[in-house]
Amino acid sequence: MSGFDIIQTGTAPGLPTPVTPKRVPNRGGPVNPSAAALQAQFGAAVSRVEVVCGDTNVYIDVARAQDIVRWLHDDPTQSYEYLVDVTAVEHRDRDLPLEMVWHLRSLKYLRFLRLKALLPKGKPLSVPSVWPVYMGADWLERECYDMFGIDFVGHPDLRRILLWEQFAEGFPLRKDFPLRGRFSRAEQLRQALSANPEARYSMEELSIADAFEELPLEMRARIRGGEKTGE
Amino acid sequence: MATTRTIEVELSTTGLGPDGKPRRVPLVVGEAGDLTVAAPPSLEPEIEGEHMLINIGPQHPATHGVLRLVLELDGETVVRCIPHIGYLHCGFEKIGEYRQYNQIIPWTDREDYLNCIGNNIGFVMGAERLFGIEITERCTVLRVIAMEMSRIASHLVWMGTTCIDIGAFTPFLWSFQERENIYNLLEGWVGARLTTTATRVGGMAADIPDGWLDGLRAFTKSLPKTLDECDRMVTRNGIWVGRTVGLGVMSPEEALNYGLSGPMLRASGVAYDIRKDFPYLDYETYDFDVALGSTGDVYDRYLVRMEEMRQSVRIIEQAMARLPEGPVNVDDPRVILPPKHKATSEMESMIHHFKNVMEGPRPPIGESYVAFEAPKGEKGYYMVSDGTAKPSRWRIRPPSYVNLSAIPKMVEGHLLSDVIAINASIDIVMGEIDR
Repeated sequence: MSGFDIIQTGTAPGLPTPVTPKRVPNRGGPVNPSAAALQAQFGAAVSRVEVVCGDTNVYIDVARAQDIVRWLHDDPTQSYEYLVDVTAVEHRDRDLPLEMVWHLRSLKYLRFLRLKALLPKGKPLSVPSVWPVYMGADWLERECYDMFGIDFVGHPDLRRILLWEQFAEGFPLRKDFPLRGRFSRAEQLRQALSANPEARYSMEELSIADAFEELPLEMRARIRGGEKTGE
Repeated sequence: MATTRTIEVELSTTGLGPDGKPRRVPLVVGEAGDLTVAAPPSLEPEIEGEHMLINIGPQHPATHGVLRLVLELDGETVVRCIPHIGYLHCGFEKIGEYRQYNQIIPWTDREDYLNCIGNNIGFVMGAERLFGIEITERCTVLRVIAMEMSRIASHLVWMGTTCIDIGAFTPFLWSFQERENIYNLLEGWVGARLTTTATRVGGMAADIPDGWLDGLRAFTKSLPKTLDECDRMVTRNGIWVGRTVGLGVMSPEEALNYGLSGPMLRASGVAYDIRKDFPYLDYETYDFDVALGSTGDVYDRYLVRMEEMRQSVRIIEQAMARLPEGPVNVDDPRVILPPKHKATSEMESMIHHFKNVMEGPRPPIGESYVAFEAPKGEKGYYMVSDGTAKPSRWRIRPPSYVNLSAIPKMVEGHLLSDVIAINASIDIVMGEIDR
């Protein structure tokens, strides 16, 4: 007995049986039909379409990112209901802009689409969040902020996730971040030893804690003042 | 929309029937959760009381690694859950930017350490797409065998540890014994048990030794028996059913929107399996079924994983039957090291060997994302090449990271003891989540 209807993938009529891609060229090949649909729908917001290693890259205007993703998700002829990944790429060439990357999948039409937006150097890295469309973007965007320092406008809870909130060395996956970290080993050790263990709770958690009344006066005042992180 | 379902359970108190078999009684699980479903999620406190904040982990055996959950409780009911991760963060993606492609393969062992050989294969599939290499027929079939062995090993660990979390110790011993067989086979093939590093761009580190398939054949005979034993022990066990049915339910729409994948998504009734929908390694030519759940709770996730192991055995049997003779590695001196006797006697081979080891193979400029069906879900490696021997960006798409991000939604309104069962059902590996 089924509690709900089973969602079958690949059920759109006329779809060929998917097969393992063979001899995928580095450039060129069949283009994902959604690219043309995006160009027709959004016009100038879609700047370039290319096929790399069998996947279609669509370069979009970063300001329209949420509209475009929402349209791809909602439109029944596109039906990109699955967000695979949100990440960013910084190239070794310092002159090239950062690239914001979204990987989307349409389970209905069995398509894979890579959306890209260029973030020029020297300007604040700010991208509209796709969290209102895909709940799964929550942690993916937090990781992207954690590693690259990209600000996702509209994300409900944008804070560090893999690194701790007091991490002061910057954003590790940026190319100007040295492999060994910014601080010396001695400095890292000193900071670790002098860290306040209570800071491992975020202020938000402490504010709902049973022991709230037992916290130092100064700390309670800071929590009431709306402070979000410890130390 | 039907809201009740019936699972027959064997209760120890009912004794044996006239045929000498345990008596089965139907257990009807209704929408309101009459018998076993946890209390309905009423978040209003019944008695005006303070909420309690408790901290599970990071060093707690039931969190399967260094996961820390901060729970806000109203009595025993979870009002809110705030997960904290990152205790194992080692910067794999950063380190990968300083390594050649073949040097990254050992790192893929160490992220999802229950699916090592599967990750090795997934990574080189992405690199081969970038290099434009077509692997040989024998290598494809060997990789399918390795992938499915790895899936079985991972699911066995999942089953054993989850049974312990819920209070059954014996299936842990049975499943780990079978896992031992897999690791013995892997040891015979590549020399390592856990961190295999079994692949190279363009092939495998080694071909299987003589007689190895006999061992694998014996394993495909013994595993279904063990699964049947676990099935008899657990599937209709009253305690097991009572502790898993109706917990952590995700509807198909929610599961898709949260980006869940693998058994988590299929237990919610979404028939998305990358092996079927976006095939790789010629999976479309194998005959196997995709297990689907109907309610998306912890019990369904258990059933889906059990069935997946049986289907993996089917795939392994088909792969063994079709394994062709021939070379394992591609004939491409750009990426594959020459045989040792040639490298020490022929000038050209020595140069190839030197350049491959010291400089590393260089792919053309481009980027590739190749996803594969890991035991935890959709895993993919995204790599960007700028034409040098080291990727300028290497990204892991971690399935259990995304699956875990839905835990606040899943545990809300359930009891504290159910958090352990729900957390276990996600099948997390912290090495992969923190990377």
